[in-house]
Amino acid sequence: MSTVCGQAGTLESCDALVMVLLDTGTLGVSVALDGPSVSAFEEAMRNAVAETLSALKIVDASVTVSERGALDCTLRARVETAARRALAAREGIGERR
Amino acid sequence: MLINADVYGADSVIFDLEDAIPVTEKDAARILVRNALRAFSYREAEIAVRVNALSTPFGREDFEEIVPLAPSLIRLPKCETADDILRADELMREIEIRSGLEPGSVGIIPIVESAFGASNLRAIAEASPRVAALNFGAEDYTADLGAERTKEGRELDDVRARVVTAARIAGVQALDSVFADINDVEGLFEEALRVRRLGFDGKSVIHPRQVGVVHSAFTPSEREIDHAERVVRALEEAEAARSGVAVLNGRMIDAPVAAKARKILALSDAAGARREGGERR
Repeated sequence: MSTVCGQAGTLESCDALVMVLLDTGTLGVSVALDGPSVSAFEEAMRNAVAETLSALKIVDASVTVSERGALDCTLRARVETAARRALAAREGIGERR
Repeated sequence: MLINADVYGADSVIFDLEDAIPVTEKDAARILVRNALRAFSYREAEIAVRVNALSTPFGREDFEEIVPLAPSLIRLPKCETADDILRADELMREIEIRSGLEPGSVGIIPIVESAFGASNLRAIAEASPRVAALNFGAEDYTADLGAERTKEGRELDDVRARVVTAARIAGVQALDSVFADINDVEGLFEEALRVRRLGFDGKSVIHPRQVGVVHSAFTPSEREIDHAERVVRALEEAEAARSGVAVLNGRMIDAPVAAKARKILALSDAAGARREGGERR
């Protein structure tokens, strides 16, 4: 399986740029966080990523979050959009085969 | 903006999934608005979401994600026939039942923005009890007509009058289109005043700074309130005296004059322009 990627959001204030990689060959979810709110809200952010992926039944993924003060509901929306885009990309590859 | 959308004084806040969103970001906007509706209660304003038309690839998913969150209203763009409303009505009913909502609890504001749509205004307004107001979109409408959009807006006189007429027949509100130049406060005020005089109940805005201007245009003047109060007082006095006819300044007050006076007072009360007991602020 080749790695697929979904990206969502922006680096504008109150937003987050999120990248979700699927089928990287490693098991479990790894999350890399970067941004001004990480030191204060790291746990909440990690929970937001984990819960959003789990709701989409994604168990293996590599997630990169560059946040710029995004609200919890915004971060969750960006993770969900990026993850859905990655799933759609995977489906697209499947259809082409 | 997402967290405090309701604090700018607007009676209704519209989250847009349609023309303000590029095709490549439709999914992102839909999920973001859905999450915001879940997270915040927006107590200061009625919430509406402008979805994409059901004839587009995005419309159905917009309904599926947004209707379960029970916004007050769905604004349905590019309405041309009663069938457009009925299709939305049916889908919303399915989703409401599935989501444990009272069927019919989410209203619809059809947006008419084509010549064909303008030929079916009454049918659109009467298509479903969900229809709460008729709105028309001036930019798309003038483009469809091949008309020039001017500040004076005479090219819209005909359709505006017909929107108000259809809305009155159907017993729903008539809402005017947006005024696009956010820096032209005077132009906005004049247009808002003009459409109020045509019978419109409100006007859409595209920037928080336009809210107060439209409110002031829709708030009756002191003179209007004065006159309306005197009309209502004369009516009450005639009623108390068991007189069949009320007279003010030598002129008989008939039913339409009384109805207009009551509408002025209701508007000024809604705008907070009178104190309790009828005195003005």
